Amino acid sequence: MHTIFSIKPLIAVLISMLVTPVLVSSKNANIREGWTFTAAALKFAVVLSMLPAVLDHTVLECTLIEVMPGLAIKFRVDPMAMLFALVSSFLWIVTSAYSIGYMRGLDEHSQTRYFCFFALSLSATIGVAFAANLLTLYLFYELLSFATYPLVTHHQDKEARSSGRKYLFYIVGSSIGLALPAMLVTYHLTGTLEFSGQGFMAGAASKSTLAVLLFMFVFGFAKAGIMPFHSWLPAAMVAPTPVSALLHAVAVVKVGVFCILRVVTGVFGVQHLNVIGLGTPLAVVAAVTVITASLIALSQDGLKRRLAFSTIGQLSYIVLGAALLSPKGLIGSMVHIAMHAFGKITLFFCAGAIFVATGVKNISDMVGIGKRMPVTMTVFLIGALSVIGLPPCGGLISKWNLVLGTLEADQFPLLIVLLVSSILNAAYFLPIVYRAFFCTEEESQFENQVKEAPRWCLVPPVITACLSVVLFFYPQPFFNLARMAVRSMGFDV
Amino acid sequence: MDGLFDFIVSKYNYWGYVVLMMIGMYAMIVKKNLVKKIIGMNIFQTAIILFYVSIGAKRDATLPIIAHGHGDAHHAVHAVDYMNPLPHVLMLTAIVVAVATLGVALALTIKIYKQYNTLEEDEINARLRGR
Amino acid sequence: MPLIAAFVATIAGWVNKKYCFAVAALGLTGALTSSVGLLSYVLTHGPVQYRLGGWAPPFGIAYQIDPLNALILVVIAAVALLNLLGTQRSVALEFSEKIGAFYTLYLLFVVGMLGIVSTGDAFNLFVLLEIASITGYALIGMGRDRAPLATLNYIFMGTIGASFYLLGVGYLYLITGSLNMADIAAILPQIYASKVVLFAFIFCMAGLFMKMAFFPVHGWLPNAYAYAPSAAAGLIAPLTTKVMVYAMVRIALFVFKPEFTFEQMGIGEPLVWAAVAAIVMGSLLALAQRQLKKMLAYVIVAEVGYMVGGFWLGNRAGISGAVLHIVNDAAMTLVVFMAAGNLFYRLKGDSFGALKGVFREMPVSMAAFVVGALSIIGVPPTCGFFSKWYLISGAIEAGHYGFVAALLFSSLVNAVLFFRIIEIGYFEPFTHANHHGHHQPPVRRFREVPMSMLVPLLVAAGSLILLGVFSGDLVTKVIHLALPGQIT
Repeated sequence: MHTIFSIKPLIAVLISMLVTPVLVSSKNANIREGWTFTAAALKFAVVLSMLPAVLDHTVLECTLIEVMPGLAIKFRVDPMAMLFALVSSFLWIVTSAYSIGYMRGLDEHSQTRYFCFFALSLSATIGVAFAANLLTLYLFYELLSFATYPLVTHHQDKEARSSGRKYLFYIVGSSIGLALPAMLVTYHLTGTLEFSGQGFMAGAASKSTLAVLLFMFVFGFAKAGIMPFHSWLPAAMVAPTPVSALLHAVAVVKVGVFCILRVVTGVFGVQHLNVIGLGTPLAVVAAVTVITASLIALSQDGLKRRLAFSTIGQLSYIVLGAALLSPKGLIGSMVHIAMHAFGKITLFFCAGAIFVATGVKNISDMVGIGKRMPVTMTVFLIGALSVIGLPPCGGLISKWNLVLGTLEADQFPLLIVLLVSSILNAAYFLPIVYRAFFCTEEESQFENQVKEAPRWCLVPPVITACLSVVLFFYPQPFFNLARMAVRSMGFDV
Repeated sequence: MDGLFDFIVSKYNYWGYVVLMMIGMYAMIVKKNLVKKIIGMNIFQTAIILFYVSIGAKRDATLPIIAHGHGDAHHAVHAVDYMNPLPHVLMLTAIVVAVATLGVALALTIKIYKQYNTLEEDEINARLRGR
Repeated sequence: MPLIAAFVATIAGWVNKKYCFAVAALGLTGALTSSVGLLSYVLTHGPVQYRLGGWAPPFGIAYQIDPLNALILVVIAAVALLNLLGTQRSVALEFSEKIGAFYTLYLLFVVGMLGIVSTGDAFNLFVLLEIASITGYALIGMGRDRAPLATLNYIFMGTIGASFYLLGVGYLYLITGSLNMADIAAILPQIYASKVVLFAFIFCMAGLFMKMAFFPVHGWLPNAYAYAPSAAAGLIAPLTTKVMVYAMVRIALFVFKPEFTFEQMGIGEPLVWAAVAAIVMGSLLALAQRQLKKMLAYVIVAEVGYMVGGFWLGNRAGISGAVLHIVNDAAMTLVVFMAAGNLFYRLKGDSFGALKGVFREMPVSMAAFVVGALSIIGVPPTCGFFSKWYLISGAIEAGHYGFVAALLFSSLVNAVLFFRIIEIGYFEPFTHANHHGHHQPPVRRFREVPMSMLVPLLVAAGSLILLGVFSGDLVTKVIHLALPGQIT
């Protein structure tokens, strides 16, 4: 494992930030969208170009500037960062295409603003992925909070306003109130904030201090949606669907869990947490969220709200996997970032497509919709299967590893939690699909005539669904990265 | 008791300025008329000027001008015989400052009077609330 | 000397009223370049001394420049210049006949500020303090509405403050026989036990606290700043309180030595608690305001608490944070007040009601305002985050968790404050174009202020980010050099 200097991470972060002035000044919508695509493709290309080096056990580093003694704004590309960056930069391309269909299909206002802040959010996401220390991580985390605010409140009506308020209240409040002081105390105790494979907190403070710090971090990064800091996520569903799809199924929420993963692995260190036995409390918190969120999801009628609660539950899977502190659990949790991303984004795309084509938002109004939009609903089924964790979808692979992880860590109660939750997942997704296809003529609320959403809204979910299936058969790229990351933590896998 | 009186009498200049300062402060805080407040402010400033002047003064000393300076180089200068001029000089500046402050304050008072037709703070406040 | 450059400009401006804007700009540019030059010179060659009238200190008045005040000089000159450029039009609008007088006062004010920072003489500091204050009174008094009344209040408080300071200097002179700061500092250690020294210290500090509007003697500030003309507010709000904090740092560290200030006095702890009160009350009072500038004024009260509290923590991180915050707060106050000035210029009012839908009308000004707001909240990479970082780590080091909590609390309240404004500007439609549904936004009325007002604002907003990014260098290369070595 050796380290080289590279400015590629910086480029990857900046591309989408630099494209915003171009977007603002673009004369017409087509040119603007053209630029969005260019930026998205370039970003993905840059991220991809770093992949061989990372697979070759090289760590790319880029120190921008030392803002405080021993504390710099610094990027580092390691396997874990790579995994997350790959997923989010790829899905940006797909979502851009989908955005065009959705925004034009509904003739939304202020599209330029929308695309600009979208690009900005992606910059922040990649920034979080590549952050080499807590400070940089925090910097981009906050940037993301503020960049997504105009997206969440895009409609600028009463509902958007109150949701936006809730969104910021939870996310900014928790990060300033909990994560920031935790970071300062950490810095004060250890004199560094640099992530390292083994963590740097060992022996820095008493067990109770560490426990308090850990939970300040976990709840402080409220984007991970751990209960009781979850209720911003359903509220944020007032945003246009592409925003919910990319940001609130992939970028923003995954940034939250990614931060927690970083804290658990890079700050505290898995081995050290094992020694002081802080994994179990964290796992319990996550497990409670998993079950509660799934139960709440059952009772939601708004499709997007149901998806949101499902997301909350799935995010806690990832945290749970990390909290197991076992190699298999960690691998499962990292791969789940990718698998869940592909599955959930498909579901959101479908929800948006249904809304664009029919204007329907509630599940109870979707009886028989399968006959009207067969492709969309088939794709929906695949996404649902992936999230539930059934073959032939990628979700199974990560869940399988999570289950193995619970066995490895001798945590049978958690094994049961995972299984129960999977059943609940099935219980809240499959009826939607079932009722969409199998109903009598009288029950059906739609004409028996195929009329899909516009093509721009249809192709992206098909792509992501296909990828979900492909990932079942070829999960190796993500697996290798996750395995390398776990190996760097001192495990033998 | 003697000690206390001695203390008060021997430091009479300080007591004088403290009393003046308190009078000025009282006027600024308690009086409702703006001009009276300004007068209080001036008393306050003057008190400090007096304090400075008094610390420069010495009993039985004369003006710090060396009368025999020219041609009589052997004449020794006894510091005891002269007052310390520096505080006095400083106070020239302080007086200028005080006058300038007073000028600005009075100008503003005129402006306020034009605006509200009164200089009583209560009335102005009542009018502002009423608006 | 930047001072002289500014003086020349003042006189020229007096003579030739027609061109006074150009002359003022030229003068301030000169001041800025010379102070930047001075800073780099001081950093490489060590402190500079200029003897006024050629008298050797301690008898003559000496101007002493070390890294600390060179840094603040740059800040003052830069703030004054940017604000001057950015408010040219609003000055023309607000005082059509008194432009000459306005710019003369403006420059004199800057002269006073620069002088306070560069002087090495305790009495001279008082004189310059009053020069700055009196011109400040006049500048604020030129405003409309309740400005004269607010100014009069300011005059009373300001004069009491200055008088207290003068009294403190008098005591110092009484016991040391000198007015030169370095000279006093050399004499004082032998007589620290004296009651007179104690009183001198207390009077000096009390006077400065009044001048900097440290809670609970902040009463004059909100009204004075809220009713001041925009151009004057943009100058006075960033500078006055900050320069007073600088004066406090100077007196407490370089006239009295840190051993005395922090160890012998034993007032650090209560003062930090007072700062906590200042921060909490400032934030809460700001929350109660319904007028943009007034709200910002209360935010300043809280910010003063940051700096005073950070300083009296008495450790290196805390004091570095306080000094860094002098710089940063000057910059961010400049940004928000200039943005508020721009809004005022177009909207003719700054009550929250007038801000409805303002994002659509003036997106660029509001963008700058948001950057300033983020900095005040303390979001990286803007500079406010970094000074807050130092302050908090200083507080943790000193074990003063009340101060930590107060800083975090005020961050949160600031977030609420500014997002309330952003919400109003962003969501609420203009009252007269209200009848459309949300898919058909009201008619776009793009009414941004002219370029000449925008560019300086954007430069200032950009500087917030630059200051943030380079704050590491600033602290290690300038501020740490400036602090006495005993502070650890």
